[in-house]
Amino acid sequence: MNQEELNNKLAEIKDKLIDIEQKANNRIYLLCEAENSYAVNKFLFEDVPLRFVITTGIDSDDCFEILYHYAYDQTGCMVTLKAFIRDREKPAIESITPFLPAAEWIEREIHDTLGIDFKNHPNLRRLILADDWPEGVYPLRKEVKR
Amino acid sequence: MSWKIWSLKKSPWVFHVNTGACNNCDIEIVNLLTPKFDVERFGIKLVGSPRHADALLVTGVVTRQAAPRLQEVYRQTPKPCVVFCIGACACHTGIFRGAYHVVGPVDKIIKEIDPNAIIAYVPGCPPKPEAVISGVVKALSTL
Amino acid sequence: MKQTVKKPVLAVGPFHPLQEEMEFYQLTVDGEKVTDIDVRLSYNHRGIERISETLQFDQVPFLVSRICGICSASHPLAYVQAVEELAGVKPPERALYVRTIINELERIHSHILWVGLAGHFIGYDTVFMWAWKYREPVLDLLEEITGNRNNYGNVKVGGCREDIPDELKPKILKELDKIEKKMEMLTKAVLDDPILHARLKGVGILSKENAIKYAVVGPTARGSGVAIDVRRDDPYAAYGDLDWNVITQSEGDVFAKAVVRLLETFESIKMVRQALKKLPDGPVAIEVKEIPPGEGCGHAEAPRGETFHYVRSDGGNRPVRHKVRAPSYVNVPSFRASCIGGHIADVTITLAAVDPCYSCTERLAVVDQYNSVTHNYETLLQLSREKTAQIKKDFGSSGLKMEDL
Repeated sequence: MNQEELNNKLAEIKDKLIDIEQKANNRIYLLCEAENSYAVNKFLFEDVPLRFVITTGIDSDDCFEILYHYAYDQTGCMVTLKAFIRDREKPAIESITPFLPAAEWIEREIHDTLGIDFKNHPNLRRLILADDWPEGVYPLRKEVKR
Repeated sequence: MSWKIWSLKKSPWVFHVNTGACNNCDIEIVNLLTPKFDVERFGIKLVGSPRHADALLVTGVVTRQAAPRLQEVYRQTPKPCVVFCIGACACHTGIFRGAYHVVGPVDKIIKEIDPNAIIAYVPGCPPKPEAVISGVVKALSTL
Repeated sequence: MKQTVKKPVLAVGPFHPLQEEMEFYQLTVDGEKVTDIDVRLSYNHRGIERISETLQFDQVPFLVSRICGICSASHPLAYVQAVEELAGVKPPERALYVRTIINELERIHSHILWVGLAGHFIGYDTVFMWAWKYREPVLDLLEEITGNRNNYGNVKVGGCREDIPDELKPKILKELDKIEKKMEMLTKAVLDDPILHARLKGVGILSKENAIKYAVVGPTARGSGVAIDVRRDDPYAAYGDLDWNVITQSEGDVFAKAVVRLLETFESIKMVRQALKKLPDGPVAIEVKEIPPGEGCGHAEAPRGETFHYVRSDGGNRPVRHKVRAPSYVNVPSFRASCIGGHIADVTITLAAVDPCYSCTERLAVVDQYNSVTHNYETLLQLSREKTAQIKKDFGSSGLKMEDL
């Protein structure tokens, strides 16, 4: 697929998205709510298909953002899906590990550092924080002092 | 001078410990064995267990997870032993000072269990193999 | 009915790390076959992403260079590219070429390092000594250009900090000629050695399907037939102007990955020669005063695969969020797919084939419920070497000799 065909393909999932932003010729950002992230991720990984790069968790003041980064190597395009978790008290999102084993570690890491619950993750145990790290302290959250 | 110190000085057997390093210092230490530097001609040997070691070459900032393990390795090393802090991270946590998962530097963690530990510092990021050899020789000659 | 006894087994990292306790990987075996792997990370976690938020944009390259010792040119390059994308900054042509030269020199010495380690794991210690000896001239070159053997600290937002002086060009070319000759001898010796074929072929196979599911990158992917390479797919620095090939193999075993790395070294030598010839005149950096609000993605092909950085700014002088993804983060979990079902004597070489840069990923530690140790790193290494020795005996020859090199 060339870039235009890729853009058209991505538009197929438009009904699940809030918006599609094209920041540069080969950088596309898709925005969606957390509820739709599973379906969009499945589409991106299996139907387009794109290569999964990594997931970023961000503590934005009024919500949490989970960014799923993908690459389309034929055109060098990077497609990032931004999923917004509005509930700050009990942030949760559907895990994509069941169909994408590559996401297992990063979801565990975001769980450790931001305290986000990944529903249906097969193995949501501590990954990168020490055994004696206190529960409930999430180092990447804004309110945690360095 | 006791015969223990004499044999330590003549042919120190070293055990390498990585407590959370970027691997640069570790590679420079392994470089010591290679033909360009070849420390075995000085009698310095890298051993596979702290129980056989006269000196510990410690790299890394000492992360929270690694701290108890470092202390355990130190306990298992027969005394007298010299702890060499190789690299800026081991000497004073380097660029990672104040990070949330860092509890080092190395001398603080070792002195928690042995305030009289013999500690030597080889700064650098990473220290060149020549610097490591020079540091080891200098420290041992003061014993 | 046969009783299968599950015993825990330890595998520990490549350098002489702490061995007295259960750390890093825990493998479960059934007889001599690996049935499961569990890993625990934490040893190397230094909280770099959080530290980035407290540093200014032009201080971060020094931090990320120290994420990993041998990807220390790729991490800052990917970061700087992310910020340049965010800020809409285009560095001068000469800077792009200097970046390319430094990154390819790093790839050369990293691959040679890998060859040495792989030799060490299967009992070819001559190869280990030899490879690490021939790595030294490359490190000396890098020291002459940038001031340090590792941690070059040469990229900044807007270009490079140090230029390559023209007087140095003939020396770099001469050293490359020497290294190329040595690599030719080594590659031929490896590709022709029947013992290495028997020892490494069919070992630690990562299928193309698993390579995609685990999203692996770099030689680990290219050895399994997944032809991805950031330098070609999303050209950065000066790679778009150079003439070179992406090396792929399809078998997915350790031998395929070794071939990919060996042949890539020649491509890198080719690229440095071209880049030196085409090195344009001009400044090596432009001044960047402000970073506007926004976000950017930067990726570079490190020796181990794609390094990805994401940076978000709110217009201040520090990043609001900096995400780092090293190639080993996706490559090391694939060890699970390539190791399960294999023999424990092959564990060390299968892991080495992924070329894990432990600090890239965090150190690997063990989560275990048992307290008994049946094998530690030393024993696994011994098993690996014994297997090679057995193969040598079966072939009736002693394999690679110093004279061959």
